[in-house]
Amino acid sequence: MRFIPVSCEQRETMLHVVGARTVDDLFEVIPEDVRLSRPLALPRGMSEIELADELEGLAASNTSGLVSFLGGGCYDHYIPAIVDSMVSKPEFFTAYTPYQPEISQGTLQAIYEYQSMVCALTGMDVANASMYDGATAFVEAALMAARVTKRDKVVVSAAVHPEWREVLTTYAESGMIEVVTCPVADGRTDMVALEELAADAAAVLVTSPAFLGGIEDVAAIAGLAHAAGALLVVGTNPILLGVMEAPGNLGADIVVGEGQPLGSAMSFGGPGLGLFACRQQFIRQMPGRLAGRTTDVDGRPGFVLTMQTREQHIRREKATSNICSNHALNALAAGVYLASVGSVGLAGIARACVAKAHYLHDALIKTGRFTTVNDVPFAHEFALRYDGDVSAMQHTLLERGYLAGLDLHRFSDDYNNVVLFAVTEKRTRAQMDRFLEEVASL
Amino acid sequence: MYPKELKYDKEHEWIKVTDDVAVVGISDFAQDQLGEVVYVDLPAVGDEIVAGENFGEIESVKSVSELISPVSGEVVEVNDALGDTPETVNEDPYGDGWMIKIKMGDPAQVDDLMTADEYEAFVAEEA
Amino acid sequence: MSEHMKREAVARPLIFETGSPESRCVEAPTLDVPDVDLDAALGGNARAVAPRLPHVTEVEIARHYAHLASVNFGVDNGFYPLGSCTMKYNPRINEWACRLPGFAGAHPYQPAETVQGALGLIHGLQESLGEISGLPAVTLQPAAGAHGEHTALMMIRAYHVTNGDARKRVIIPDAGHGTNPATAAMCGYTVTQVPSNDRGGVDLAALEAALDTDVAALMLTNPNTLGLFDENIVEITRMVHEVGALAFCDGANLNAILGKARPGDMGFDAMHINLHKTFSTPHGGGGPGSGPVCVAEKLAEFLPGPIVAKDTDGSFMLATPARSIGRVKAFLGNFGVLVRAYAYIRALGAEGITEVSEQAVLSANYLKERLKGAFDIAYDRTCMHEFVISGERQRKQHGVRTLDMAKRLLDHGVHPPTVYFPLIVHEAMMIEPTETESLEVLDSFVDAMLLIAREVEEDPEMLHEAPYTTPVRRLDEAAAVKQPDLAWKPAE
Repeated sequence: MRFIPVSCEQRETMLHVVGARTVDDLFEVIPEDVRLSRPLALPRGMSEIELADELEGLAASNTSGLVSFLGGGCYDHYIPAIVDSMVSKPEFFTAYTPYQPEISQGTLQAIYEYQSMVCALTGMDVANASMYDGATAFVEAALMAARVTKRDKVVVSAAVHPEWREVLTTYAESGMIEVVTCPVADGRTDMVALEELAADAAAVLVTSPAFLGGIEDVAAIAGLAHAAGALLVVGTNPILLGVMEAPGNLGADIVVGEGQPLGSAMSFGGPGLGLFACRQQFIRQMPGRLAGRTTDVDGRPGFVLTMQTREQHIRREKATSNICSNHALNALAAGVYLASVGSVGLAGIARACVAKAHYLHDALIKTGRFTTVNDVPFAHEFALRYDGDVSAMQHTLLERGYLAGLDLHRFSDDYNNVVLFAVTEKRTRAQMDRFLEEVASL
Repeated sequence: MYPKELKYDKEHEWIKVTDDVAVVGISDFAQDQLGEVVYVDLPAVGDEIVAGENFGEIESVKSVSELISPVSGEVVEVNDALGDTPETVNEDPYGDGWMIKIKMGDPAQVDDLMTADEYEAFVAEEA
Repeated sequence: MSEHMKREAVARPLIFETGSPESRCVEAPTLDVPDVDLDAALGGNARAVAPRLPHVTEVEIARHYAHLASVNFGVDNGFYPLGSCTMKYNPRINEWACRLPGFAGAHPYQPAETVQGALGLIHGLQESLGEISGLPAVTLQPAAGAHGEHTALMMIRAYHVTNGDARKRVIIPDAGHGTNPATAAMCGYTVTQVPSNDRGGVDLAALEAALDTDVAALMLTNPNTLGLFDENIVEITRMVHEVGALAFCDGANLNAILGKARPGDMGFDAMHINLHKTFSTPHGGGGPGSGPVCVAEKLAEFLPGPIVAKDTDGSFMLATPARSIGRVKAFLGNFGVLVRAYAYIRALGAEGITEVSEQAVLSANYLKERLKGAFDIAYDRTCMHEFVISGERQRKQHGVRTLDMAKRLLDHGVHPPTVYFPLIVHEAMMIEPTETESLEVLDSFVDAMLLIAREVEEDPEMLHEAPYTTPVRRLDEAAAVKQPDLAWKPAE
């Protein structure tokens, strides 16, 4: 396949105008010793028909159609049909960052509306649409807290997703911030340890629910953080905010989260969407693009990218972040998703997730094969200890068509025999009952 | 465009000296180059300022410039009104658009600055 | 403006102002398990007040976003010569492929034996990018170009630290992208800027003066942001290596040299690639992108984990390199974007990939020749895939700024080129046509530019007010900063 609409004859015309005999003449500006003198060692090109066949083959060699209880930061929620239909409009997906607002009002208004929805969900004043995923939004929040407080120690709860903590540690390696980990007690942040560690901290970083599903006492953590002069960063799950109190109402200063559940496919873990929202007073220290409403020279309302002096293309090494993405297409999906469910639908979906998770949780314990790890309140994800070989159990259930949760041993030896189950609104009672029968038969 | 009673530096700040207190702002040329000022970040009263060093920032929609002090001393007053109406810097750069007042540590530093005529020649060269 | 855009008498209401409180689109499924007492289940954390989200029916959503699409401009709507951004056509087979249920529905924690297709695709893309860049070890984890730069610089940092040689500075030419110094700062480095020479390349004397054993890396875009291939590239990387520093290539301009030259062969130790530029994945209004990093063998052990490796039995598995800097993102990268880039490379093959750069470079040189005279070319020699005009003459002689000319292009149905970048060219306008534009499109752009050049002379006042035909005209950006309105609030 080729996507070049210039004919051979036109190419000759163009060469003539340029004053070159062949196209290769134009590459003579490249020193000869670094010019590639052989073809690239890549397979030959192919027609769309052949390509479609190959891609279908690759996709088909992924097992699909499994009944999944896998979560751990990526969730199998229903995506309304309208979402992909809107996201597939080429005026949106073939556009770039809205640098020219006069012809980018669609992207800009969609982002403004998305920002408004994220503020409504999180209880915050301002939100951006820029972050890559929950993990990197979490890190940006830590860096921002360091700028706001002019301190460099951040305290992260060990109850946070291990991959989020790993990304934070990777970034911190450069010495910009020092990461201190607060231990867990019963699957949640250890409040006694936190009180001591929070002294002189720029930020206290938690997620609620925590990685193992437990819901944190965010208000109490906020009290400890603020008493120490630290900001509170709370990672959240946006679907659950349909029924869970907004972190902003519990004292959070920056709220982040993985926005994939809002209308983005799991897609093997990416692209996700980093939710990022904060209080108005910190706006000048925010990373990322912001869309704002204003008027044009004729007085019509319109939207622009704003507060740009924070950013790398103007402030260069003094920028609030190097980020220049504007995660607009996933933000668009999230906006369409939230508009399509509304607060009533979102609450209903979140309630279904919670009710089904509690149903499965109680029933799994009744099978006699699982026991409680932490007796703490949870929403749609929970950890249980299995009384046998987790890997063998999962393998057997996979053969019967189930993704039987996440074996947490992959993250730490502390989690031997611990399995994390996530239940979304897509799981039916019938699926769960059959799954429970399989578990009981092991 | 360049009031005679003021002194200027190469960073396009002006100062007006009364006894040992200097009022500092940016020149008409500087505000014109910047375009509409949307934000001014100024020090707090009591901060120590060093000549030739950054004492704040001034922003237009798509640029950030450092404010460089022509003299050393202690900040004794700050033009807080610029927080709400930064465009005053454009409208009245030598009047209500002033930025800070400095109690000078070394008033002799003023002697090194340019007169209005010298500054005008300097600007003509830069443009 | 292009035909699909219409000026309307009134602005479209926000989605929040559409529909009514009882409007519904997607509702929750009927609960088939016992209901829970939410406040009890959530440990007293049930939400007191529902979030203020829109309440609309599906048709209202469809109309709302159809309207928003109608006031948006993408590559499908017309010419988009945004320099440094490579706004090429986005093939539809890519969009189809990433939505295949086997890809879109895969969970990142599925057992490896159930995702061999996805892992195989990642492995194939790693290999292809390694061959194209001449830097064989590859991570696909970074989510964007800036993220890739950051990843590469963290690896370079780890390399020096492992050698017991923590270095403090990074050198960046004054023509570099703003992300370069921002990234260096995020890695804790101080930035030394070096000037460009009179041919638009790195000033070797200035580079020599800046180099010492405290320098960790040079970050260089090549071809550079003037669209010029640095003739001294071999000497530059040699000088960098001589003081023990490493050379990083900002891969923003890879579209110029596919199959023609490889950064690895030029002496670079690492580079990032923007799949959303060079490899045709859609820009999506600014994201999601993908910023793979390719490195030389000496940096391979520092790659962020996991990467995909091939096992002895031919199956694919995840592996974390020995001295990995650690993850830079959750999961495995922007897989949906990787599928598109993989499809593009497979579609084109070695020959097609090379032809991309040949046409991209020819089209840029063609535009440069046609516009020369009416406009001043910043460095007028054979360019690569883009070139830079300076509007300084128009500003000085007629008081028309590059911004005015860019805005006037909107009235011709063209997305303006990048303006005011690179910073070293006054009144810069950076033009990148890409290979996917026909000669007719290029010629009509030339016509529009030549007409604007005449307007500059004959009616400069008119240009100050442009555009005239867009859905909105110039917006009050100062007011947007001074009275920020960043989120809709319900009326009290």
